Order: sequence, then structure tokens, then C-alpha cells
Amino acid sequence: MTTIASTPADTGTPPASSPARVRATDVAPIPFARIVSVELRKMFDTRSGFWLMGSIGILSLLATAAVIAFGAKDDLSYGAFAAAIGFPTAVLLPIVALLSVTSEWSQRTGLTTFTLVAHRGRVITAKAVCAIGVGVVSMVVAAGIGALGNLVGSTIAGVDTVWDVTVAHLALFILAHVLGMMIGFMLGVLLRSSAAAIVGYFVYSFVLTGLTELLAFHQQWFAEIRGWVDFNYAQGALFEGSVTAGQWAELGVSGLFWLVIPLAVGVGLVLRSEVK
Amino acid sequence: MITIDGLTKRYGGFTAVDHVSFTAPAGRVTGFLGPNGAGKSTTMRILVGLTPASSGSAHVLGRRYGDLPNPGREVGVLLDASAQHGGRTGREILTIAQRTLGLPAARVDEMLDLVSLTPQEAGRRVRHYSLGMRQRLGIAVALIGDPAGLILDEPANGLDPAGIRWMRDLLRGHAERGGTVLLSSHLLHEIEVIADDLVVIGNGRIVASGTKAELLTTAGTLVRTREVAVLSRALAESGVATAPMDGGLRAEADAELVGRVALAAGVPLLELRAAEGAGLEEMFLELTADTQRDHSPTQIGAVA
Repeated sequence: MTTIASTPADTGTPPASSPARVRATDVAPIPFARIVSVELRKMFDTRSGFWLMGSIGILSLLATAAVIAFGAKDDLSYGAFAAAIGFPTAVLLPIVALLSVTSEWSQRTGLTTFTLVAHRGRVITAKAVCAIGVGVVSMVVAAGIGALGNLVGSTIAGVDTVWDVTVAHLALFILAHVLGMMIGFMLGVLLRSSAAAIVGYFVYSFVLTGLTELLAFHQQWFAEIRGWVDFNYAQGALFEGSVTAGQWAELGVSGLFWLVIPLAVGVGLVLRSEVK
Repeated sequence: MITIDGLTKRYGGFTAVDHVSFTAPAGRVTGFLGPNGAGKSTTMRILVGLTPASSGSAHVLGRRYGDLPNPGREVGVLLDASAQHGGRTGREILTIAQRTLGLPAARVDEMLDLVSLTPQEAGRRVRHYSLGMRQRLGIAVALIGDPAGLILDEPANGLDPAGIRWMRDLLRGHAERGGTVLLSSHLLHEIEVIADDLVVIGNGRIVASGTKAELLTTAGTLVRTREVAVLSRALAESGVATAPMDGGLRAEADAELVGRVALAAGVPLLELRAAEGAGLEEMFLELTADTQRDHSPTQIGAVA
């Protein structure tokens, strides 16, 4: 007991110099671009985040090297490299997107994030922008590594360099990966737990595809409607390089059920839930 | 100024915060005191918009927290110093806040200096920080936007006595410059060192509030004598309630009246003074006795 409170009369005098040099009237709202840049930084500023992104680059290089080392000479083409690089990136990118959301809850950083930016919708939108941006940039980098591999590989093998992938095809390829990334993002928003979302993602992309494959094999009715209900299957057309109007429609309808609606539900939960 | 009006939060049938109303005025350090689970943290989370209220309202600087355009510039918040990504360095956590708020980069070093974190410590990952270092970092994040208001949940947890004194000087200085400070604690001794005003909460309800001086006055007089039984009987006859304390009595009357009663009864006194902190402590235990989780000696020992 070292101090006694000052009398209430003391509080009547206005403070000579306020710590709040910034008053409510002259505080500008936080611009959206700033939230995006901060969220982008948060994807890379931890060791796990850095290595997750780094591993995509490293795996792209390894996949390229593997095609050069083990691929048959006749098969050396840009398509072969793109397919080899596509697999590790397709698996890892959705996890990058998913963790950017779930870490706010699993690591409890949301306590700070959502008090500095009180509107959670802005934070989630910024994270979505980052996820799509990182997805596109990663795929362009991977495509560049693949192109380099195609040049080097064909030179080493002494065969003609084959460019069998059009720009349009590449764009569809990137779109497919961005959609995959958004699935990861959606699971992150919906489940808000790193462990649950990663398990959910692997169930969705590996277990579920096997089950629907099996179902389509045995049940004719399912095989006929599969494109409309199976988002994974509908995305297959994007990898083929040509998409018919019907396939776009199937992609849209299945995407509505597997991506848009769960994402909307997840965002609704995020906006209402308690951050602890 | 922070105004909380009729705030209630229900989880199913459980009422965590029950019609809580109080004001933390500018220029004062307001201590929010209560045992664990009394509803302090829930009230603070509602205040900053992290938890939706069932009913009632909470305003910071005259607005709902969610209506502040750049909250960190007006209200510094520290709810849980351990709620950080362990893989980030202290400096990185401050940099994220600095960038979000749109402040100059130099602000990060100013804050590290203010909370006495060395450049080496700032470069370490937060998972290696002690609780005291996390609290200092959390204070730095709360103060980086030079806010008028401060909302701190258990900020003195994990600080050593020198750290608590440092925090007292920091918060006192903030209040003296006209800032509003609301901080919570479950430790009476910790909060009575720091706060000007006290709001005591138990089981989700406000059980007492006022300036520390007011609460001290109501805490009565400590009187010590070898003839405790005689004096307590004499005081009872004079209509003064007493309770045994520290080998003496705590009398609910001022020192003069107690002295006169003792004189009339012919009881020699060893000590006669305002009960001060000791009385406040007893009051805190009394006020929260029926809302404590348990009444075991360890619990009381922890609060004392």
C-alpha cells in the first residue's frame, strides 16, 4: 500500500497534453490495400510459412530434375514438365491458403488481428486476395521453372524442344490450381482449426475422389450426373486444356455446392463467432 | 472514457456477465478486479468486439469499438500476451501492428525501447519468451498507435515486482496525460498498487465500485489490543460491528470513535489506524466469498 488515490476533484481539469495526439476525428480508416499487404507478410514471416512457400519452389525444381533424369527421351515435352510440377504445388498451395486463416484461431493471433482491424470481413477478404495472388504467382513461377527444365532437358537429351502447352491451356491450369487453393481457403474459414482443416482437405482431395471414382464405376446414374455434383471431377476438364460450355456449367454448379455455399456459411460463422 | 451499460452475456443457461455497468473515466486508472472466472475477460472481449453481447452496450471514447476507423490509433488492447504466433519474432509482431496502423517504421524501435526489450530479445522468436517478456511485448503492441484509451487484461501477470512498478509508472503517466486506462486483475495487491478507481466483479455481477480512497474508507479501522474480547464487546455495545483480523479487530467505524470506546472501556490499545489495504483485502474476499469457485485455504492464499 504505497499510494492513495487522488481525490475525484483532480479529474475535473482537462489534460494539458493528451497522449491521444491522434483524435477520433482525424484518424483515417485503414485502407484495404494495407490489410492485404500485412496479411501477405503474415503468410511468410514465420519459419513454417517461409518453408511451406520455399518447399513449393524446391519441389518444382526436384520435379523438373526428375523428369530430366528419369523421363523417356520421346516423352520430353513442356506438358510432361507442367504435369510433374503441378502435383506438388497442387497439394501444397491449398495448405498455404488454409493455414493463413486457421492460424488466427489455432495460434490465437486473431485476438490481435481482429482488434486492430475490427471488421473481420475485411481481414478474410484480404486473406482471400493474398491466397489467390500467391496461387497465381506460384503457378507462374512453377511454369517458368518447367519451361527452363524443358529447354535444358531437351538439350541434354539431344531432342527437339516440344512446346505442347498453349497459353490458354496454361491459364486453365492456373485456374484449376487457384480453385484448389480456394477449397483449402474455404475449409480454413469453415473449420477454423489447422488440424481439422488439413484433415478435411486431404479427405476431400484424396479419399473423396477415390470414393466417387468407385461410385461412378459401379453406378451408371452417378457416372451420368457426376460432373454436376463432383467438383474435383468437373475440374478435370481444366487440366485437359479445352473446356466445353457444358463443362463450364458443370464446373459452376458443382463449385456452387462445394465452394461457394460452404465458403458463405464459413464467412457467416467467422463474422458472428467469438474470438478467444 | 470507457462506458459499459447493462452488459449481459449468456452462454446457454449460464450468465457469464450479468448487467454489468461502469465507467472508466479519462485521466484515471480503473482497476477491474475479480476472482478467476468472474467475467472480467468476457466483459473486455465484448468491449473490443471480439465477443457479441447478449444485451447491453459498450462504448470506447464515445463510440462502439467496431465503429472506430482505425481502432489501434485510439484504443490500445492487450487481452492475452500469450496469444501470439510463437514462430514470429517480437520485432515482427510489432512490425505487423505498425504496418496495420500505418505508422512510421521508427515506431517499432521506440516501442521496444519503451518496454525495455533489447534488440537481441526482439530478434528472438516469441515461443522462447518468458511470460514477463510477452507482457512487455503486448504492452508495446497496445501502445504503438499512441492511443488515448488502454484496455489491458491481466497485464501484470508474470511481471516481477520491478516490472509491476514499471507498469504502474507507465499507466499512471498515461492517465495523467488525460488517457483512459482499464486494466483487470485477480490479484488485489497488484491492482491496488496501480489503480485509482476499482470495479469489483464476482460471478458476473459488479459487487463494488468507487475510488480506491472511498473503498479504503469503508474498510474501517484496525485496532490491536491484548484485551480483544473486552474491546469487541464494548464496541458491539456501541453498535460498531467488528471482525477479528491479524490478532486484533477490524471495526466498522472511524479511529476516533473506536478510541473513545476503548477509553471508556478502559482497554489499553497497542495500535489504532485505518485498516487500509488489509481491510480492502478482507472486503474483496467478503464480496467475492459467495462467488468463489471454492473456499479452500489455497484459493484464499492465492488471492491474498
